[in-house]
Amino acid sequence: MNPEHAPIIQMKNIEKHFGSVIALAGVSLEVFPGECHCLLGDNGAGKSTFIKTMSGVHQPTHGEIFFEGEPMSFADPRDAIAAGIATVHQHLAMIPLMSVSRNFFMGNEPVKKIGPFSFFDHENANRVTMEEMRKMGINLRGPDQAVGTLSGGERQTVAIARAVHFGAKVLILDEPTSALGVRQTANVLATIDKVRKQGIAVVFITHNVRHALAVGDRFTVLNRGQTLGTAQRGQITPDELQDMMAGGQELVALEGSLGGTV
Amino acid sequence: MANAAPPTAQTDERIKEISSFRKALIRPELGGIVGTIAVFTFFLLFAFDSGMFNSRGVLNWSVVSAQFMIIAVGACLLMIAGEFDLSVGSMIGFAGMMIAIFSVTLGWPVWMAILVTFAMSVSIGALNGWIVVRTGLPSFIVTLAFLFILRGFTIFLPQVIERKTIIGGVKDAAEGDWLAPIFGGKILQGLFTWLGEAGLIATFERGTRAGQPVVDGVPMLIVWAIVLIVFGHVLLTKTKFGNWIFASGGDAEAARNSGVPVNRVKVLMFMFTAFCATVFAVCQVMEFGSAGADRGLLKEFEAIIAVVIGGALLTGGYGSVLGAALGALIFGVVQQGLFFAGVESSLFRVFLGVILLGAVILNTYIRRIITGER
Repeated sequence: MNPEHAPIIQMKNIEKHFGSVIALAGVSLEVFPGECHCLLGDNGAGKSTFIKTMSGVHQPTHGEIFFEGEPMSFADPRDAIAAGIATVHQHLAMIPLMSVSRNFFMGNEPVKKIGPFSFFDHENANRVTMEEMRKMGINLRGPDQAVGTLSGGERQTVAIARAVHFGAKVLILDEPTSALGVRQTANVLATIDKVRKQGIAVVFITHNVRHALAVGDRFTVLNRGQTLGTAQRGQITPDELQDMMAGGQELVALEGSLGGTV
Repeated sequence: MANAAPPTAQTDERIKEISSFRKALIRPELGGIVGTIAVFTFFLLFAFDSGMFNSRGVLNWSVVSAQFMIIAVGACLLMIAGEFDLSVGSMIGFAGMMIAIFSVTLGWPVWMAILVTFAMSVSIGALNGWIVVRTGLPSFIVTLAFLFILRGFTIFLPQVIERKTIIGGVKDAAEGDWLAPIFGGKILQGLFTWLGEAGLIATFERGTRAGQPVVDGVPMLIVWAIVLIVFGHVLLTKTKFGNWIFASGGDAEAARNSGVPVNRVKVLMFMFTAFCATVFAVCQVMEFGSAGADRGLLKEFEAIIAVVIGGALLTGGYGSVLGAALGALIFGVVQQGLFFAGVESSLFRVFLGVILLGAVILNTYIRRIITGER
């Protein structure tokens, strides 16, 4: 976006083969700090494989990854997390029976030492959780409220707030809005906007064009393991995006019978 | 945009204020607290004159409850971490038998027999855990296998070595040992002598021990129970590791995604359960002076029932050590109380089944309140 900004993460000609199946056939993408980069594509287009490569779950068969200008290869997701690439999964990393504050600090518990023993610093954890939730516009009954009582959108927001609090520089959101209602979707999109304004790079995976256009700065469309191109905000219409995702021609034929409702 | 959030927390009209009474309801220990009150009320009303509440009676059900508590603490933490251990009962028999074989048959010093037995049991616990996390098999099946394997060895070894299924003489072997009193001894004897002299508790009226209190101290078994409960409770609620236990049982995949070493947590909890079973076994062997091949039979189920009465979810991720301790207390008081009240002891099993069912139904209801499900 900003010419003087260097991309925080650069994926160059990423190929990924699973046995004889070519899941990714040379995908390139760059993400800048503070932008929301939407990754669109139909089912099976390779979106998931691509972000799993970005987050260290898969290693690319060919191609290079540059993180903050340095060539990087992540051995596992923990490497990626340590570098500052956080993924919020579609099926969340939240545990419904545990309180919001216990969930928020899961795996990163603050401790205070009393003598030789270290204890979970609940006071600190509760205070930070309430603060972070308020910043995201969620009013909790208390930090000990169970995550199970939150709505799907609120859970997504907790997960995003958690990633941001623990220093994510790149936030990968894997279809965060796919199972949500209208109001909840709006909340999550608003959260994405807040996060982007803090200078964090957001990679937003979706197959809903309207959600993508609501917050995206740039749009990359994947189809059958290849990039169909990257477009800037304002340079592309929803219809064009939709056509690209669906692979063009077939949808034109379909649209005829559906009366343009897809 | 900076600091757009108002300084005072707004209230959301969609979130109902919940009353402090309802809030008090939402704790895993609720079932245990209600049950404890009910059980004590019942026996105070119907068995008060039976000697259940004099010093000897109290000691009697306290010791039985403490036995349940020791194994319930281990089973509780393991269940919250999302796994079961059905080999607890067999482990008790096996560990007891090992101590007897090492100290009586092989003539080792008792402290060494105890330490080696602890090392063996905890390693078997680790093996249980390792197989569960490696293969991904349900712990139900893996530990069921160990239930039979360990029980089999517990019967086989003494028969081969001594041609009998009970090995005695541990008490003589433990004479003067430095470690044995930690499991078989008593504390606060001075206090009880004083209480006896002050006429506050019953004393022997005749015989060689005339004037001495009937109950002459607190058995170490009870001390172990209290220490393990406090340790388990603090570990679970006040430490980072406790958060990992909840997370591992709540959703192992989500916990892993957040960087919780789920496998390590589970294996450690299997080891801790085995440790608790061994504490039970050592205390029992030191008390009886012998080890029998049938010791600890069905204890795994009793531990699990105590834990469930105490509010833990069978599916993991939720529960309380204090609740499990109360569950064990209910267990001990009822088992001994029925005896004091002169009720046929087989009815104890009927009671167990009924209270288990009641506890599970209550717990399901509480969980629905907590997670807001309908």
